[in-house]
Amino acid sequence: MQPIIQVRGLEKTYATGFQALKGIDLDIRRGEIFALLGPNGAGKTTLISTVCGIVNATAGTVTVDGHDIVRDWRAARSLIGLVPQELTTEAFESVWATVSFSRGLFGKPPDPAHIEKVLKDLSLWNKKDSKVMALSGGMKRRVMIAKALSHEPRILFLDEPTAGVDVELRRGMWEMIGHLRDSGVTIILTTHYIEEAEEMADSIGVISNGRIVLVEDKAALMRKLGKRLLTLQLQNPLESIPAELAGYPLTLSGDGRELVYSFDTQDDQTGIARLLRKLGDHGIDFTNLHTEESSLEEIFVSLVKERA
Amino acid sequence: MTSPINLHAVKAIYLFELARTWRTLFQSIAAPVISTSLYFIVFGAAIGGRFTAVDGVSYGAFLVPGLVMMSVLTESVSNASFGIYMPRYSGTIYEVLSAPISAFETVLGYVGAAATKSIVLGVLILLTARLFVDYSIQHPFWMVAFLVLTSVTFSLFGFILGVWADGWEKLQIVPILVITPLAFLGGSFYSISMLPPLWQKITLFNPVVYLVSGFRWSFYGQADVPVGISLAMTALFLALCLTAVWWIFRTGYKLKN
Repeated sequence: MQPIIQVRGLEKTYATGFQALKGIDLDIRRGEIFALLGPNGAGKTTLISTVCGIVNATAGTVTVDGHDIVRDWRAARSLIGLVPQELTTEAFESVWATVSFSRGLFGKPPDPAHIEKVLKDLSLWNKKDSKVMALSGGMKRRVMIAKALSHEPRILFLDEPTAGVDVELRRGMWEMIGHLRDSGVTIILTTHYIEEAEEMADSIGVISNGRIVLVEDKAALMRKLGKRLLTLQLQNPLESIPAELAGYPLTLSGDGRELVYSFDTQDDQTGIARLLRKLGDHGIDFTNLHTEESSLEEIFVSLVKERA
Repeated sequence: MTSPINLHAVKAIYLFELARTWRTLFQSIAAPVISTSLYFIVFGAAIGGRFTAVDGVSYGAFLVPGLVMMSVLTESVSNASFGIYMPRYSGTIYEVLSAPISAFETVLGYVGAAATKSIVLGVLILLTARLFVDYSIQHPFWMVAFLVLTSVTFSLFGFILGVWADGWEKLQIVPILVITPLAFLGGSFYSISMLPPLWQKITLFNPVVYLVSGFRWSFYGQADVPVGISLAMTALFLALCLTAVWWIFRTGYKLKN
């Protein structure tokens, strides 16, 4: 199937001469949650702003569901809902008025039932007559999401959606984003919280220094780059790793009570069984063992470091 | 699927802006009406009584078109500039920029609302003036035409100002340093024939002269400059503002990076 968003050779150089995007190619599949990760200043927001029509590209093309964002901008933009990173709201308006305003702006006739549903889904219904400025930061963030959803977009951009939102609310938001995906909306989110991407995303793109470094299914990425660690808690502390085990990638903890073995999950032969037999042969007993996978965060950090 | 013009968006912006007026009713409508009444009391009743009639029109009545024009001018500029500066300042402009709405529709919404306010204000001042002086309107059609044309033109000017300004100070300084002096010196309070000959020439560079003169002609059939020239100058200024707005959206000046 044709990707819902297709970016080709996208470049952006600001008037200051700063090149924020250096030739981005990116496909986003219909109906997925795509997480765009990258350090500060990598070009995440510029990329989103360009697709949404707030920033004019210097070169390259973007199509949204087949509509070119420059030639066929009206059709392209009608499909998109945007929640920017900054908390910017019409402070003096009521929640109801500001959300209804957004719907009109995107060319949709009034539909109070839909606005009501959006506000209820975001737990804003009892605040519908409150002025936006009287709301807490987390509520304002949700008002911005409600504005973006007011016109029933097919694509939702969330630029750092949970920045400054407490843990409980973040969970609720993830849940809501999951429901949206289930209803067929494609979601693109940028985030600093790796756990957010790990929790929700179907695909992950990493942008660094204006270039897309990698795009991959989350599961495949974790598999591909994931290292597993086997930690053995020893019965008797060791002073050093015995010479017979020198061929294994082992590290010994400072107090000599933990032996850590790292292996690649992709290998057919992880060598665990052999290692354990050898330990037994040398009379090294252990009281406990556990394995852990490297998190997306570790993968991410190593990726960005590699390219920097 | 998508219609050629996004009327829902125009309506949304228009009503949003009018709602802002409603919220700030006192500031938007009552304040100019009160200050105009003060002008009538001071210049019309207190001092004006000592003035002779201007070209056969009592000074109080002579003042009416000038005062209406002055309020419409300043309020158009301040309403429209504030209307577009506010979302730029607060950042909510992102929504308008990312919406499927053309430059023409955006301007129609913002400038349309500002011009509407000015026209309502002009009518209110006319009604208020009725309490102080008697006046007649010889050419009602042209009176309305000048009122609408001026409101639209200066709302456009305000829009440009609101896009150009990058601070509250700049937003205030142009009305104070440019609009108010031009309005005061544009013949709101006097006929330019009362000026020394040299100043009569210099004052012709002031666009407000043509507006006030044309507007006053629609009331009393007398003008400082021929009404055709008034109309042409107003149209010219309108065209200049339209060109500037067109350029703003074409280049994305201060709206887009």
